[in-house]
Amino acid sequence: MKREDIEKLASLSRLELKDEEKDGFLKDFDSILGYVSEIDGVVAELPEKEAGKLRNVMRADGPEHESGVFSDDLLKNAPTVQDGFIKVKQVFE
Amino acid sequence: MKIDLNTLTLKKAHGALVNKEITARELAEAVLKRAEEKNGEINAYLEIYDDVLAQADLAQKMIDGGKAAELTGIPFAIKDNILIKGRKATAASEILLGYVAPYDATVIKKLKEAGVVFVGRANMDEFAMGGSTENSAYGVTKNPHDITRVSGGSSGGSAAALAMGGALAALGSDTGGSVRQPASFCGVVGLKPTYGSVSRYGLIAMGSSLDQIGSFGKTVEDAEIIFRAISGYDKMDSTSLSEAMIPKNQKEPKVIGVPRDFLSDGLDEEVKDNFEASLEVLRDLGYVIRDVFLPNIKYSLSVYYIIMFAEASTNLARFDGIRYGFSEEGGDTITSYMKTRGEGFGKEARRRIMLGTYVLSSGYYDAYYNKAGALRSLIIKDFENAFREVDAIVTPTSPVPAFKIGERSGDPLAMYLADIFTVPVNLAGVPAMSVPSGKNKDGLPLGLQIIAPLLGEETLFSIGKSFETVSKN
Repeated sequence: MKREDIEKLASLSRLELKDEEKDGFLKDFDSILGYVSEIDGVVAELPEKEAGKLRNVMRADGPEHESGVFSDDLLKNAPTVQDGFIKVKQVFE
Repeated sequence: MKIDLNTLTLKKAHGALVNKEITARELAEAVLKRAEEKNGEINAYLEIYDDVLAQADLAQKMIDGGKAAELTGIPFAIKDNILIKGRKATAASEILLGYVAPYDATVIKKLKEAGVVFVGRANMDEFAMGGSTENSAYGVTKNPHDITRVSGGSSGGSAAALAMGGALAALGSDTGGSVRQPASFCGVVGLKPTYGSVSRYGLIAMGSSLDQIGSFGKTVEDAEIIFRAISGYDKMDSTSLSEAMIPKNQKEPKVIGVPRDFLSDGLDEEVKDNFEASLEVLRDLGYVIRDVFLPNIKYSLSVYYIIMFAEASTNLARFDGIRYGFSEEGGDTITSYMKTRGEGFGKEARRRIMLGTYVLSSGYYDAYYNKAGALRSLIIKDFENAFREVDAIVTPTSPVPAFKIGERSGDPLAMYLADIFTVPVNLAGVPAMSVPSGKNKDGLPLGLQIIAPLLGEETLFSIGKSFETVSKN
């Protein structure tokens, strides 16, 4: 991995990194990925799914509660709110 | 009755409360006094609530009205990633600064119905990422047995709060050992239940296929009482197991397996001797001790870290400075995300988010994430096969006793390697418990990890209770 790879990953992860941190992360990633790469040569196939083990859990696609009962509590945590909505920045120019 | 917080078990406390030997307020006052005395030094609590005595008075009303449950009036420490409506929850991160929980986690709802008293929110590694609480944005939790050492993690605050007498019980969460390892470091019992047996609704997620809420108690019975109070099916958690799946009339465990070949690397000498002594205790108790071989368990750490990185990076994508918590203005949307997340997340959280993004990226996905998934299913099979031969498996909980503050924090890989004995359990989803097994020559507590098959909590309690009676003497 190179310094540019760290910058690319940080950008994909939506993280701003300080310049002086990048070399540290580079060193950490080399040692951690070096360690976990031990599984590289191991032969293992994803098994066929066995019935009854993992299953999807669904619920009826209807209202679970009255509309708006949680809105105030939820909105209290948002940094910027307007007229009962969370306010976000303009997405399109 | 004189309250001795160092020896007061839940059953004794309950008995004293219902027999009116003490009031819930007296118990709460004693715990509060100890918590306030010790917390400046230990930093187990990020916040001690200001309504503890009022909660105790409500509990007393339940007791006086003859409606006391086993946990009524019992003072609890709650890890800072479990939501209590109307109270702060930060997962020890700056990115959740100012967040107030809009609802109760299911475990909290159950504890409220039982009339427990919440003392405060317990410190932890940020987003439960770590094994020492050194990754908390609010300072390390020191070990009550030696304040130059860590309390373990990530639920270090919960374990230390209990060990210092600042609570009679505690909840934590365990993704790769985060209940068992701090329990072992602090000399208390820590239970990681079967995946799906305790609802995670209202737990701030880290690795969703691994996370489980667990209990801390001074004794096995205490950890068991709390487990019974918080477990059970919950429709709000899609991984919740039906109670009908719990096997009835489980047989008494007789045969205990030891994965010898797995125990050789990096094991501290005193931990090794202590483990051998524990096996002797189990033999004397009448258990048959037998070697078991789990051929793929040696890959557990790599498999665990790849899967956990991937899941953590996914779960932590929701922290964007728009819906809750800390927000840093950056002009346009993307720059605001980058600044908010860059400043709000600590170093370990950023490290794991980037590594998770890496192992999930096109071109690496097959080599890392899919391969890890395939190996995980082999590890699960290994456990299934082993449990055909033995009723339980034991290992030391941690290869080392509580380490010095700062000793490992500069080297993330060294920190990860200390999880070697606890992570296979989360990969397999099986239950496991750490029980105190004595101390080393420096007086640091050590722990024995007992592992049982899926939904085999009864096995853990049975072996744990007989073991702790002997190992305490």
